[in-house]
Amino acid sequence: MKNNQNTNQIIKICLLAGKVMLQSGGETYRVEDTMMRMAASFGIKDSQSYVTPTGIMFSIEGTKATNFVRITERSTDLHKVTVVNSISRRISSGELTLSEASELLKEVEAQNHAYSLVIQILAAALVSGCFTIMFKGQWDDFMPAIIAGGIGFSSMVYFNHIVEIRFFAEFLASLIIGCLALLFIYLGVGHELDKIIIGSVMPLVPGLLITNAVRDLMAGHLVSGLSKGAEAFLTAFAIGAGIAVAFSFV
Amino acid sequence: MIVEQLITSFFAAAGFGVIFNAPKKSLIQCGLVGMFGWLTYVLLINQAVDAVPATVAAAVVVAILSQLCAKLYKTPIIIFNVSGIIPLVPGGLAYDAMRNFVENDYNAALQLAAKAFLISGAIAMGLVLSEVINQLIRKSRWTK
Repeated sequence: MKNNQNTNQIIKICLLAGKVMLQSGGETYRVEDTMMRMAASFGIKDSQSYVTPTGIMFSIEGTKATNFVRITERSTDLHKVTVVNSISRRISSGELTLSEASELLKEVEAQNHAYSLVIQILAAALVSGCFTIMFKGQWDDFMPAIIAGGIGFSSMVYFNHIVEIRFFAEFLASLIIGCLALLFIYLGVGHELDKIIIGSVMPLVPGLLITNAVRDLMAGHLVSGLSKGAEAFLTAFAIGAGIAVAFSFV
Repeated sequence: MIVEQLITSFFAAAGFGVIFNAPKKSLIQCGLVGMFGWLTYVLLINQAVDAVPATVAAAVVVAILSQLCAKLYKTPIIIFNVSGIIPLVPGGLAYDAMRNFVENDYNAALQLAAKAFLISGAIAMGLVLSEVINQLIRKSRWTK
């Protein structure tokens, strides 16, 4: 009886770790690997995990049922990936007991973003300005790109709260960026429309998705790789469409 | 001119670290990885190398540096990888392609879109290459 309870708790912890990691943008192979390593260091040699972007299946040899967790919300939070990774390392080296690990993981799950929204928006604005210069823009366009990029990023965060569909939020954000850039040109503040728009749009670009998709495909996770690739393509398309609509106003 | 590019690419990559909520301690490394990747790309472009091979080379540099950082700081490689790769993403080309589509210039648009697609492939190639190199080194150590 005691043994059975213990196994259930191990399954729970592994699933929780996998869930936090996957929701925060960890690579599929890393999530699977982490879960199996954690199970192994708690003494369960034979476990199977199957991870897709929308759900995790995990089974342990000898128990009755396969366990499943549904992932509905995905964001990017590399901090959480790092923390869960180091927790799993500590479990492997025998530093943490079952209940300690469970406590720590629950703490991580409840954690908020390490940077406040204001800092993120400022970072996005700075990134926009820098990209304008990197794409051979003039320094005159630095400020317009910073403003457009900052407003664009904040509007994406805002619309993401209201609208459940992420692609629509990205579409609206890039539409706003396009309109702002046109306004700056019209007012004579900005000089090169293209450079301002390219720079401001960069914080919305699905860079993490692209890298993860490639990484997953390489590791043989074809289902995850393709679906993340599709997500990246849809995001890019939404951004392009938003800009296109802005252009059609001219 | 190159100094300007170095500074802006550093801040761009580190800024992306903030957007992706990378741990505070690794932000500077993120910036440096992105900076060296972009430096490779810009230097090759200035030598009149085509954008696709230049991107492959830059992606390899980014991936190798990320692997070193990941080993050194015992953190997931994805933190450094992602911020480093961002400057190479063909956002500008994709934008130009889209713009030409909107302006009904389909010939130019398709050419640009094909190029953007190739460059995305080049980033993937670069990442794969460094992974292969990494595995070769590891396997050869084991067999010793």
